[in-house]
Amino acid sequence: MNKKTIKAAFPHTLPVFMGYLFLGIAFGVLLASKGFHVGWAILMSVTIYAGSMQFVAVSYVVAPFQPLSVVLITLMVNARHIFYGLSMLEKFKGCGKLKYYMIFGLTDETYSLLCSAEPPEGVERKWFMFWITLFDHCYWILGGAIGCLAGTLIRFDSTGIDFAMTALFIVIMVEQWESTTNHLPVLIGIGSTILCRVFAGEQWFIIASMAVILLSLILLRPFFERKGKKVFEEVQQP
Amino acid sequence: MTTIQVLLTIMIMAAVTLLTRAFPFLVFPENKKTPEFVLYLGKVLPFAIIGMLVIYCFKSVSLFQAPFALPELIAAVFVIAIHKWKHNLLLSIGGGTVLYMFLVQVVFG
Repeated sequence: MNKKTIKAAFPHTLPVFMGYLFLGIAFGVLLASKGFHVGWAILMSVTIYAGSMQFVAVSYVVAPFQPLSVVLITLMVNARHIFYGLSMLEKFKGCGKLKYYMIFGLTDETYSLLCSAEPPEGVERKWFMFWITLFDHCYWILGGAIGCLAGTLIRFDSTGIDFAMTALFIVIMVEQWESTTNHLPVLIGIGSTILCRVFAGEQWFIIASMAVILLSLILLRPFFERKGKKVFEEVQQP
Repeated sequence: MTTIQVLLTIMIMAAVTLLTRAFPFLVFPENKKTPEFVLYLGKVLPFAIIGMLVIYCFKSVSLFQAPFALPELIAAVFVIAIHKWKHNLLLSIGGGTVLYMFLVQVVFG
């Protein structure tokens, strides 16, 4: 916990600062438009701390109470985090108590920072990763609070502001597309989900598409690996 | 929904989110080796999942009713194009959202 570590970590978090502030504001405005005050925005951003999930949460806190459905949708929307953890198993080794907070704060954006950011000489890696995680968390809380306050004070038509979430996913998809030459996995994801949406209906299509995606990838494993290790190895984490 | 039910909903979401993030660390403790099969899925799944999430966002859009998914299509193409061009998170997300809001509120509103 020294100044040097904080100074080293902060510049790495600037892109996330921009992204989270805007997304957080969008979330806060959306929540305010449903009649919730800033305390709720802060509570949700502190405890849930998952961008896309909190947009989904807005539609759940105004609907009738349905705990099972909440568990399922959270699992479905956040299942991808399981795979982020998988690639952090090594990096988080030996981080002691800090590890628990870093696991809690492993969002899409923090994950992508932790994958690439290297601490400078003389800065302890675990504290460096911890500060990146903490900075990102603060930006997210700040954005949500600003958005919710603005949305409560100034009344304006916020129809369509939830597109911020769609835009974020599209941006991550574009970045992933550029990071690999093997586009089959993402095309499988898009294709299966469209098919399942058409045939399984709005309520069940996500579970159906997760099953189809898992099955397709498992069946394709020999193909990916036989087609030459190269193609497979180029598939990297975003 | 009552205040207690809103609180419960938030707590469930927080707990399940934490569970998805902690799962690999619970299953594969620091001293154990991760199986090949899991590593394979860990590599390919994030790509497939993001494709799924993008489609998920368009789940309620109808192709057969006005405005025939046009606002979504235009805004999505804009986000892809501007991000490929500038790679600026704020511009892509902010610009795309403002464009979409303008489309649904003014142009097709």
